Amino acid sequence: TIYFLSKTLAKPNVKNIVLVDGVRTPFLLSGTSYSDLMPHDLGRGALQGLLNRTGVPKEIVDHIIYGIVIQEVKTSNVAREAALGAGFSDKTPAHTVTMACISSNQAMTSAVGLIAAGQCDVVVAGGVEFMSDVPIRHSRKMRKTMLSLNKAKTLGQRLSLLGSIRMGHLMPELPAVAEFSTAESMGHSADRLAAAFGVTRVEQDEYALRSHRLAKKAQDEGLLSDIISFQVPGKNIISADNGIRPTSMEQMGKLKPAFVKPHGTVTAANSSFLTDGASAVLIMSEEKALALGYKPKAYLRDFVYVSQDPKDQLLLGPTYATPKVLEKSGLTMEDIDVFEFHEAFAGQIVANLKAMDSDWFAQNCMGRKSKVGVPPMEKFNTWGGSLSLGHPFAATGCRLVTTVAHRLQKEGGQYGVVAACAAGGQVFLPKYTYAQLARADTEYSRGATVQVFLVHSFGLFSVHVLCMKMTMCKSVQKHF
Amino acid sequence: EGSSRTHVSYEIKDDVAIIRINDPNSKVNTLSVQLQQEMTEVMNEVLGNEAVKSAVLISSKPGCFIAGADINMIQACGTAEKVSSLSSEGQKMFERVEKSPIPIVAAINGSCLGGGLEFAIACRYRIATKNKKTVLGTPEVMLGLLPGAGGTQRLPKMVGLPSAFDMMLTGRNIRADKAKKMGLVDQLVDTLGPGLKGPEERTIEYLEEVAVGVARGLADKKVPMTKTKSTMEKIQEYVMGFEFVRNQVYKTVNNKVMKQTKGLYPAPMKIIECVKAGIEQGPDAGYLAESQNFGKLAMTSESRALIGLYHGQVACKKNRFGVPDREVKTLAILGAGLMGAGIAQVTVDKGVNTILKDTTVEGLSRGQQQVYKGLNDRVKKRSLTSFERDSILSKLTGQLDYGGFEKADMVVEAVFEDLNIKHAVLKEVEAVIPPHCIFATNTSALPIKDIAAASKRPDKVIGMHYFSPVDKMQLLEIITTDKTSRDTTASAVAVGLKQGKVIIVVGDGPGFYTTRCLAPMLAEAVRVLQEGVDPKKLDTLTTGFGFPVGAATLADEVGIDVAAHVAEDLGKAFGSRFGGGNVELLKTMVEKGFKGRKSGKGCYIYQPGLKRKDINPEIEEILERFKMTPHPTVSSDSDVQYRLVTRFVNEAVLCLQEGILNNPVEGDIGAVFGLGFPPCLGGPFRYVDSFGADKIVEKMRRFEDVYGNQFTPCQLLLDHAKDPSKRFHK
Repeated sequence: TIYFLSKTLAKPNVKNIVLVDGVRTPFLLSGTSYSDLMPHDLGRGALQGLLNRTGVPKEIVDHIIYGIVIQEVKTSNVAREAALGAGFSDKTPAHTVTMACISSNQAMTSAVGLIAAGQCDVVVAGGVEFMSDVPIRHSRKMRKTMLSLNKAKTLGQRLSLLGSIRMGHLMPELPAVAEFSTAESMGHSADRLAAAFGVTRVEQDEYALRSHRLAKKAQDEGLLSDIISFQVPGKNIISADNGIRPTSMEQMGKLKPAFVKPHGTVTAANSSFLTDGASAVLIMSEEKALALGYKPKAYLRDFVYVSQDPKDQLLLGPTYATPKVLEKSGLTMEDIDVFEFHEAFAGQIVANLKAMDSDWFAQNCMGRKSKVGVPPMEKFNTWGGSLSLGHPFAATGCRLVTTVAHRLQKEGGQYGVVAACAAGGQVFLPKYTYAQLARADTEYSRGATVQVFLVHSFGLFSVHVLCMKMTMCKSVQKHF
Repeated sequence: EGSSRTHVSYEIKDDVAIIRINDPNSKVNTLSVQLQQEMTEVMNEVLGNEAVKSAVLISSKPGCFIAGADINMIQACGTAEKVSSLSSEGQKMFERVEKSPIPIVAAINGSCLGGGLEFAIACRYRIATKNKKTVLGTPEVMLGLLPGAGGTQRLPKMVGLPSAFDMMLTGRNIRADKAKKMGLVDQLVDTLGPGLKGPEERTIEYLEEVAVGVARGLADKKVPMTKTKSTMEKIQEYVMGFEFVRNQVYKTVNNKVMKQTKGLYPAPMKIIECVKAGIEQGPDAGYLAESQNFGKLAMTSESRALIGLYHGQVACKKNRFGVPDREVKTLAILGAGLMGAGIAQVTVDKGVNTILKDTTVEGLSRGQQQVYKGLNDRVKKRSLTSFERDSILSKLTGQLDYGGFEKADMVVEAVFEDLNIKHAVLKEVEAVIPPHCIFATNTSALPIKDIAAASKRPDKVIGMHYFSPVDKMQLLEIITTDKTSRDTTASAVAVGLKQGKVIIVVGDGPGFYTTRCLAPMLAEAVRVLQEGVDPKKLDTLTTGFGFPVGAATLADEVGIDVAAHVAEDLGKAFGSRFGGGNVELLKTMVEKGFKGRKSGKGCYIYQPGLKRKDINPEIEEILERFKMTPHPTVSSDSDVQYRLVTRFVNEAVLCLQEGILNNPVEGDIGAVFGLGFPPCLGGPFRYVDSFGADKIVEKMRRFEDVYGNQFTPCQLLLDHAKDPSKRFHK
């Protein structure tokens, strides 16, 4: 016990912050049962589910932070719309954050910051992504004409503006396929990354198949207890994820590359698919949680954000961030019991694992003396991952953290690490760095100090990948 | 294996032979005698091995597949026959590649030029990386040659007649993505970032892996050979099937070439001839025409001149002053005019922190706009992404004060050409810059020592004469005074090289080298105008001699005010020798606002959006006022041309005689790249060598009888005239 106490990782003069509980809606392939909803509907579902499961009194919630990537323009502060609809108090402020695939991680770490700074005691964080509908706009030319039309005073002016409309004006502006800064789609980048690390098609397909099989197993064994049922308004009740489809290597091998043709290795089957879904967590200061009589699931300790070159290292964040966070807390790879890494692409995960196992990469790209070391696979994403469960961009972060807490409880571990790569258009300079990591601790359920690290990395992402992924999604459905 | 081969090696992976090229003695691979010999041996072994079902041809050098044939090998031949046989040997080697029973795949990363491209297009399939360094092209025409190893025969079949002509007649480089669209390459491969190895190494490896897969696929017939053609391609092919259409194409291309070259460059005509022979009379006639014309072209003075320029350019891209003590990381520019902004543009895009200072918001805004436009044009041409543009521009600081100058490693001033203003600026700057900072002055005529006279540390003062437009003109003339330190010079050259310039370093004096050569020619041009030759005719005469821009147009481009200024300054310095036309004529034009293109009117009228230019009608009245009577003995078209050229040439030779120039190579490069001296003549010094100093002196003596000392040949020219064994170039 003394040993564990000495390793609680509590910091002097910093409040202990805990994860009380976390929930999510079932994650569905976009274009399926959720297709007629709006983003805030799903967010509402997750928030209401959290209220029901934790029974937290609405009036004590100090703040709500929600993440989203693809913004619905009608609900630009989706946090507020979802919270009001879910029955939270209209006196509770809510704000929306965005940071690509790690948007809900940003929501959680913002919550941690508010509590640590003494501004709040009880914060709800979460995220939603709704890919069944994306903003498709009029062309810039058409928008300009329409805006001028608003200002036109006379009929003559209006007619002349209308007369200026040409065929070209009518072409809609789809979310572009290319990344804003590098003009490269994320799938294409993943394919190049896989090639850079010599990751084969077979390795990728094998990893993807593993993800689906483990997810299926977890689903069958009822381990995915963070899911709350969601009643689609006016329709049926949804209680399970629908993207888990373990097939065979043969079937997966039949798919053609989705991005780099004809010799690429990233296919629809070894990439995460377009997903609709929402998640939410309840975060409190430890003393508040205890005072309210809760038995928190984990301590959230620390976090690191890192950022790299958006072209060649877009998806390598986990490799950079993991050792940073471990060193920060005086732990090693061996101390970690549970690893939950976001699976954007099977090729990206395998490339990260290879990077972590490479002295060359550590010395030449990370300025380290030796390699980071690879997480043992028996501790790695053992309940499936984004490849199989789905990846509603801004909802994934909370799923990862809640899963770590649940796995630590179930498997009897002490420390856990979460890592996710993301992308984001807001970076102007090609190279810069933050890193995020949080730790949880399940002392309450197990009587020993257990900690979760939330590791996170930050590269570049944009809206534009979506179109590409939609086609991917279609081909997934075709081939499975 | 175990052989003594050094340039070509191969490895057999299962049933695929991987042939790797790597010249151990050079940064690039060239088709040298050694390489060709080894390649023939390797081909014999590979084709003789029954286990090999396909092959991949790849270079182990990052950034270069094969950069072309070895120029020295061609130059060493001596006779047209020997060069022709060199060409037919190349043709045979590539014919063997083309007709090989097993598929050969060319895997291209880096430059694939000239003979390298001919090798690649003889292969069955081409895969290229999307590397920025991957360029394909047939630059032979720029050396006065033609693609002599089957290029004139295979290219038209591969990319169609119009594209093939475009490639071979312009010699331009084609990027991988464009090459794919044209059908010049079959497949593209991405460049990779760092992985378990360095990016370059891994990219080549990846290219090889993909190529091996394709080679195997071709052998197994899993990868289709027949390309799907677009409708446009099909239409083009159909149309080209008609003889009268092809004849029309030949005629059009012929006319275009004649118009552009004025018949001064034989290579383009020969290229057309070879293509035509192959298509109209069959491959035997085509290959024969190609090898014979290749031999003939190699012996022409034009080819020698162009190859000389190529070597000169390579020499002027080196820093003969060594590595400077300190790298210039922050460069400040004074004056955001055309020049200042141009210098900023070529500096900031190399990652150097650039400060652009002007005295007014309007001037600064115009200058920054110019830099933005320059970069944005590259975005439009897709050689830069908008993100890269913004990232580059973030290193540019526009300002009105001297803030940040304390961090500057070099200051380039591009303010008005007035000694007093330059002195004032120099003193202001020296008060704020750190001790190591170099002060470079961008002047086209003021002696650097006069400017440096106001400096507290003349060893850090140097001249950097850029040419307008800075982003297009390749030349940079660096001027050192007796006091300029070697390190200062080394640093200025290093900055210039970073900016992508071809550099000549010359001694100080009025007009240095370039302006000094140009001034007497412009003085003569003014006299020619005064003698009743109109600007259009003057332009025709000069371009007819090989100048890319006519003398009247050049004056408009340079600016009539600048020309007047220079003529007056240099007139004072050199006296009557720089006379000829009346400076008052230029001054009158300036007074009337005819300052050249920038003011919309000069010798011609310039209207935005209009390419055609008419003679400025108001200038005729001025010309009338300064009219002189031409001397019938020296006023034939040819005499007018030689009057202009001999004054230029004589002044260049005098610069060498006086030590302004360090060597004739820099003299030729400066004249061609800075002033547009006819490239087909190779520069004034090569021209003296090839035309004969005695003949030039003879002509000058004849003009001297009429016009006096403006045509007196200098001593060095006389020495060369007296002794024909004396030559400026070996």
